[in-house]
Amino acid sequence: MISSRLDRTLTYAVLVLFVVIALVPVLQIVSTALSSNEHAQPGLLLPDGLHWHNFVDAWQRGHFGTYLRSSVIVTVVVVVAAAVLSTMAAYAFGTMRFPGVSVLFYLFLLGLTVPEEALVIPLYYDFRGLGLTDTYWALILPQTAQSVAFGTYWMRTYFSRSSREITEAARIDGASTWSILWRVLVPSGRPAITTLVVITFMWTWNEFLLALVMVSSDARRTVPLGLAFFQGQHSSDVALLAAGAVLVALPVVIVYLAFQRRFIEGMLSGAVKE
Amino acid sequence: MANRVRAAYRRRAPGEPRALGYLYIAPALVVFVAMVIVPLGQSVWYSLFSWDGLSVATWVGVGNYTALVSDPTLRGPFLHALVLLIFYSLLPILLGLLLAAAMSRVRVRGLTFFRTVLFLPQVLAMVVVAVTWRWIYAPGGLLNEALRLVGLDGLTHSWLGDFTLALPAIGVAGTWVGFGLCMVLFLAGVQTIPRERYEAARLDGAGPLQEFRAVTLPALRPQIAVAATLTIVAGLRNFDLIYLTTAGGPGNSTAVPAYEVYHRAFEIGQVGSAAAVGIGLTVLIFLLTVVVSRLVEGTQ
Repeated sequence: MISSRLDRTLTYAVLVLFVVIALVPVLQIVSTALSSNEHAQPGLLLPDGLHWHNFVDAWQRGHFGTYLRSSVIVTVVVVVAAAVLSTMAAYAFGTMRFPGVSVLFYLFLLGLTVPEEALVIPLYYDFRGLGLTDTYWALILPQTAQSVAFGTYWMRTYFSRSSREITEAARIDGASTWSILWRVLVPSGRPAITTLVVITFMWTWNEFLLALVMVSSDARRTVPLGLAFFQGQHSSDVALLAAGAVLVALPVVIVYLAFQRRFIEGMLSGAVKE
Repeated sequence: MANRVRAAYRRRAPGEPRALGYLYIAPALVVFVAMVIVPLGQSVWYSLFSWDGLSVATWVGVGNYTALVSDPTLRGPFLHALVLLIFYSLLPILLGLLLAAAMSRVRVRGLTFFRTVLFLPQVLAMVVVAVTWRWIYAPGGLLNEALRLVGLDGLTHSWLGDFTLALPAIGVAGTWVGFGLCMVLFLAGVQTIPRERYEAARLDGAGPLQEFRAVTLPALRPQIAVAATLTIVAGLRNFDLIYLTTAGGPGNSTAVPAYEVYHRAFEIGQVGSAAAVGIGLTVLIFLLTVVVSRLVEGTQ
């Protein structure tokens, strides 16, 4: 019994150590964001009071209000479009049989492996040719496509597991494939769809490279790009930079805390095993 | 061929419509082909030219690809990426296994709390990770202060400005991002191993180390494969962290392929070469994912 108690203590000690390691860099940002700028310096200090005005400053002087607006527009459109398009595609892949079905599905799977770095150069010249760089379209369309690859893969698993009896019963009742999808399968697939939505939300919100390449005007900058520019221009304004970093991270962290299980499940499913 | 098509149709359930499937796939397929497949093909095409992005491009065939091997400024980034995989992938997996080994012997309470916190670095934007780790490595930053506090003043450095230390310093930031993911995966795996196997191992007189090698490690094989795939792919794709901490410097000591693609295409006007780096990176990711899954299947 002694060894088991030792095991227990040791296990918790290791766990707590790793929790501290995971949290220190995060706490550094939070405590700096709450300090006055004279007091603020990189490091782990207790803030000298709670200077909430840093967030107001970041919002106004740091233009984070504008950046958040761009981020919200792009993210909402990408998440909704990717969810609808990949639900429809996955429905066909998971429940219907037709020639070419597996070839087309493998094409989508390919999209999970291709890194953005292999696409971003032609995308830039294509959008420039269309006069669409520095618009939300240049951020929305490529990210929708990349999320659709994951979404189709993810939702197909749900549809191919969904009960064939229910679908067939609905069909005998005269329901069309369209209403079977939206009235029967989508409502009962809410957990799978939630996972898809929170994951694409995080990817789109955090996206940096595409925004860096496509966006040139301040008004179109998303929050990660805005933070990078702010870091370049006001690197001595530590408290404000930290407040900006909190504004970038907070929406995703809130959604993560609310849907923790779905989040982890979705992110761990990214390793395709076929 | 005609027979196979007919056979494919015959497998339909009765009453199931024929060509409707294509209609459901069409919208997703159009966006996907236009924004992923076509650009991928264009990248391959670009990579066969020498082009500055403005004037007329000249055909160089596979010249940009042979340069990936022969040109040290291109070979370097690929080597750096492989070094970084030690930090992005191997270290998180080893740390995860350490924790899993410790936890295989006890039932832990508050698992949800630990899981939530350990996984947190995964959901932060890389921009935010870059900000906080730049501060940690700053001359007056957390790491140097901690070293001074324990009397190791001699070890303080300007970490990200040092030719040999900058790359491992970025690597450690990557380890911080990835270790929670591996731990969460392995913790879930360890909790499903039947207790009897450990009891049997203990009856055979196995110590903690033998127990780990004989019971825990084999049972976690699938989780290790998933962790390796996820961390390798994420590590090789990682552009943000390098761009925002060192921008490849000092010198070229932290340049990686993902950074080189952006730098060459959008900063110094070597678009063809940049495209070749992007395609090379894609092939590397593809090969490593295949190798990982082969390793797992091969030893089972």
